[in-house]
Amino acid sequence: MTVHTADESENVASVLAKAAGRHFGGRATIEKLRRESGGASRQTWSFDAVVDGTPHALILRRDPPTLGAPRTKAEVDRSISIDRATEFRVLRAAFQAGVRAPEVLFELTPDDGLGEAFVMRRIDGIAIARKLLRDAPYEGARKKIAGQLGEILARLHAVPLGRLPPLVRREAADHIAGQRRALDLLDRPQPVFELALAWLDRRKPAPTPEPVLVHGDYRTGNYLADETGVTAILDWEGAHLGDPIEDLGWLCVKSWRFGAVDRPAGGFGSREELWAAYASAGGIEVDPARAHWWEVFGTVRWGIICHNQAWRHLSGAIKSMELASIGRRAVETEVDLLQLLKA
Amino acid sequence: MAQDRPTASELLAAIADFLRDEATPALDKAEPRLGFQMRVAVNSLAILEREARLGPAADAAEQARLVKLLGRDGTLIELNRELARQLRAGERDERDPALMEHLDATTADKIAIANPKWR
Repeated sequence: MTVHTADESENVASVLAKAAGRHFGGRATIEKLRRESGGASRQTWSFDAVVDGTPHALILRRDPPTLGAPRTKAEVDRSISIDRATEFRVLRAAFQAGVRAPEVLFELTPDDGLGEAFVMRRIDGIAIARKLLRDAPYEGARKKIAGQLGEILARLHAVPLGRLPPLVRREAADHIAGQRRALDLLDRPQPVFELALAWLDRRKPAPTPEPVLVHGDYRTGNYLADETGVTAILDWEGAHLGDPIEDLGWLCVKSWRFGAVDRPAGGFGSREELWAAYASAGGIEVDPARAHWWEVFGTVRWGIICHNQAWRHLSGAIKSMELASIGRRAVETEVDLLQLLKA
Repeated sequence: MAQDRPTASELLAAIADFLRDEATPALDKAEPRLGFQMRVAVNSLAILEREARLGPAADAAEQARLVKLLGRDGTLIELNRELARQLRAGERDERDPALMEHLDATTADKIAIANPKWR
C-alpha cells in the first residue's frame, strides 16, 4: 500500500476547493484534509470545506485514474463491484428512502482529474469492530445494534427500484456459478469449498419473485456507530438486485462476529432478535432454513474472498504483505463450513 | 543434509519474538501505520513457525488419507484436484463419513497452523 505524498494531497485539496465552490456557491477553502485507511485503488479522504465561514464536514470517495499495467482478465472476472457513479446513485436513492446512509452531495467531473469520485457528508461514529464490541463508551450501543441493523435493512430492501440506477440481478444460482468461477481461477484445488458449493447447489432457494436492492456487504466493520448505535451504513460497492435474505445471512457469518461467536447478528445479538426487528420494520418474515442457506453461502464467499485477496498479491497486481497474509485466513471459514454443514 | 540448529521453527520463533517485543513498540511510537503492518508480519511469522514444526507430518497424514479415500496414488495436489472434481460432480457429498472424517482431520491440521485460537 502506498502512502500519499504531499503533492497528491495538494492536488486533491485544490480540486476539492473548486468543486466545493461550484456545489455550495461561494469561495471554498479546504481544511483538515487527510486520507483515511483503505486500499490504493479505492480511496476515502476526509476534509472540511469552509464556505463563507461555514465548515461542511465531508468525505471524498475516489478511484484514482488507473496507473501502470491494465487489470488482468482474472481480476476483471472477479470484480463484481459497482463503479463510483453507480454507487453515488444507489446512495442517493437509499438516503432519500430514509435508509441511514451518508448523504451524497456532488460528483467530480473527468476534467477535475481525480478519477471517478464523489463527495458526501461526513457522519460521526467509528467502524472498528474491536472497539464497538469491547470498549466502554459503546456499552449502551451494543444492546441496540442488532435491532437497529434489522430495522435499517428492512428500509434498505424497500428502496423503490425505479429510483435506482441499473444494477445486476444476482440470485442464488448466479452466486454459486460465480464462486465456482472464482475457485477455477485459483491454482489450488479446494475440496471443502467444493463440498459446500455442491451442498448449496442442491438446496438453493428459487429466484425471488420480486428482487430487492441488496447491499451486498452488510456486516460489522462496514457501518459507523457511536454511543447511540448505528449512524450510517457504508461500503455500498457490492450493491445488486436479489434475495433480501442474502444480506441477513452475510451479517451473521462467523467472521463478522470478531470473536463474539455466540452473538451471530454481527457480534451484537441473536439471529432471532435481528429477524424480529427486520420484520417489525416492514421486512418479510425470515424463513430460518433460507437464512441458514445464505449464512453458509456467505461463509464460502468470505473464504474465497480471502484467497482472492492473497491472489492480488501473488499475481503481481499489488505488492502487499497484508493481502498475502489474508490467504491464510481462508481455513477459518473451512472450519466454520464443516460445522455448519453438520448443523 | 540436515541444517544446524536453530531449526527453521526455532529461528522463526526467535525472529518473531524480537520483532514483537522490541521492534513493534519502537515502530508504534515512530509510525503507527507501520506498527500495524509489523503485527501482521509477526502473526505471519508465527504461522510459519507452526508450519515448520507441524506441516510435514500434516501433509504426510493428508496424503495417506487421500490415497486410502480415493484408492489411487499421486501428489498431494493431484489427489486434492481429483477429490475437488468428485465433489463438484456430486460423486461424493457430506453423507459420506470417510470423506467427512478426512476433511475434518485436514482442516483441524490446517487451522492448528494458521490460527489455533479460531473457534
